[in-house]
Amino acid sequence: MSTDSNNSTPMLQVRGLKKYFPIYKGLFRSLKGTVKAVDDLSFDLHAKETLGIVGESGCGKTTVGRSLLRLIEPTDGEAHFMGKDIFQLGASELRSFRKNMQIIFQDPYSSLNPRMTIGSIIGDALELHGIAQGDDKFEMSKELLVKVGLQASYINRYPHEFSGGQRQRIGIARAVALHPSFVVCDEAVSALDVSVQAQVINLLQDLQDEYDLSYMFIAHDLSVVKHISDRIAVMYLGRIVELSECDELYKKPLHPYTQALLSAIPEPKPRRKKDRIILRGEVPNPINPPKGCHFHPRCPIATAQCKIGTPPVLREVGPGHSVACHLV
Amino acid sequence: MSTETDTQTEKPVVLELKNLQTHFFTDMGVARSVDGVSYKVHEGQTLGVVGESGCGKSVTALSIMGLIPRPPGKIVGGEILFEGRDLTKLTEAELRKIRGKEIAMIFQEPMTSLNPVYTVGDQIMEMMLNHEDITELEARERAIKLLEEVGIPSPEERVDNYPHNMSGGMRQRVMIAMSLACSPKLLLADEPTTALDVTIQAQILDLMNKLQKERNTAIVMITHDLGVVAETCDHVVVMYAGHVAEKADVFSLFENPCHPYTIALFKSIPDLVGKGGRLFTIDGMVPSAYNFPEGCRFQARCPFATEQCNTKPPMEEVEPEHFVACHHWREAKAYYAKEDAKEDAQQVEQEGAE
Repeated sequence: MSTDSNNSTPMLQVRGLKKYFPIYKGLFRSLKGTVKAVDDLSFDLHAKETLGIVGESGCGKTTVGRSLLRLIEPTDGEAHFMGKDIFQLGASELRSFRKNMQIIFQDPYSSLNPRMTIGSIIGDALELHGIAQGDDKFEMSKELLVKVGLQASYINRYPHEFSGGQRQRIGIARAVALHPSFVVCDEAVSALDVSVQAQVINLLQDLQDEYDLSYMFIAHDLSVVKHISDRIAVMYLGRIVELSECDELYKKPLHPYTQALLSAIPEPKPRRKKDRIILRGEVPNPINPPKGCHFHPRCPIATAQCKIGTPPVLREVGPGHSVACHLV
Repeated sequence: MSTETDTQTEKPVVLELKNLQTHFFTDMGVARSVDGVSYKVHEGQTLGVVGESGCGKSVTALSIMGLIPRPPGKIVGGEILFEGRDLTKLTEAELRKIRGKEIAMIFQEPMTSLNPVYTVGDQIMEMMLNHEDITELEARERAIKLLEEVGIPSPEERVDNYPHNMSGGMRQRVMIAMSLACSPKLLLADEPTTALDVTIQAQILDLMNKLQKERNTAIVMITHDLGVVAETCDHVVVMYAGHVAEKADVFSLFENPCHPYTIALFKSIPDLVGKGGRLFTIDGMVPSAYNFPEGCRFQARCPFATEQCNTKPPMEEVEPEHFVACHHWREAKAYYAKEDAKEDAQQVEQEGAE
């Protein structure tokens, strides 16, 4: 993990990222509205840095990761990475560009093709990107398996022969095979048991040191995110509501949503009874988000100002600490 | 009410498992998923059952409910004493009278455990109409009241909703309303909040806590989240591969874990207070239920294992009401105490250097 990365120029600059999903209904599939899954997101990612993205289901965190890799097409925005705008790349250019950016998926059970051997799951990437073929490919795949803590002899096996933790290691081997500089970890450890989760987190950190990776670590488990991240972005209904250095965020959360989110984490300490902020209601429907600040119906301190106009913009309130709230 | 009373807590015992063994006989061999589990649940208290996937915590709950698919599953030994009656000896018809009325269960998946073709009201009413002598109208009134109690807004309208009209958190509230419909004495909650977001989880745990206080229900909380255990449970049972590794009240377990597995489990959770560094890990993985080792089942992953571990360790009382099943817990404790002291010293040194 890096500490001085903030001073360098960012490796990835995202500006005004938007992803709207249209909703078609009725006999003629007429447009009935849009889901603003990601609405005007801007942030930087520095080299060798881990940016954690947290938020509840439906807040758009997965959509951010996928649009950055162009697994889904963003509606608007720019993402400058290695001197190019990812969103402007043509099809062939994009394919070769994917060498530099990879993703590790959440579900180790459905993200590996059950009909492919481990060797071809990892090796195909090497071959398609013209890095290695034949015996070389085989040897490199074996090396990668060893690197992620599996045995080289597993190369001819199929995904169903492995446990969840092992499959996630295979997914990681596939992602780092091309030596990317940017990896999106989309809930990469959420499906794993505690003891296995710790192994995989350690592996991710080792690989980060070895390959100088930058991670975008998307998760809903706030203690895992805290452990692995340098900076954290908190999302609510498609927008970043707070962005800060990791320690600062946990010590001094400013946005009322962040405060509630942190106070809701059950801590493994029976004697420490926290003054919990229990939010009323649930995350509103993103098709029809509340006017003004999206959080105001659940916010314990909302005023009249919060209920009207456009959502508050993210502004810097301290060094490296930004908040989108009228009242901070 | 129960005839038995525990001297320690003065609360009557609602449920007692004695050496419960549930095995599955399949083509691949015998899976000894639950193999000698004993615990007690007291009135008005919550017992947490923790462990990783495949440790037998859910199978234990399904055995209590009599919901083990037979075949291949079978309760091959032990007793399930519910208010003095052994549930393993009851017929299906007798069990059906208890299930839902005296013992209710909340399942993990609020998305799949409600029937999509019935309204939520129908599903709550079904429970009451089956077990009690009331009219449909009365049942509907009570269903609306229950929905209100579990915090669903405008319950008069929501009672006619189908599950797909509701969010995950709402469905879990409906599940809770359903399980409470007949005011059961014992509630089995199998990962009730695992599928929910953290702010919704806080709401649901708060709700369960409130309802438990009002109704004096005994709860068995099955979870893998040690944070949830710390905040909701009075007693804890740690399971590993079908065995009970350790059981104690929540304070002594968290302050003085003794089994090498429990200690390692605590050490491997990322801490909200500490920072960075490498996480402690347990090598290897949980063995398959078809070939659990003889004796202590943690031995393959345990740094303290010796030949002695080939025999099943007895339950040893470490302190009053705190039991551990390990031959070497003293060594394990001493070792980790030394390690922690070393780490603390290093940290102090580092801070000094800074």
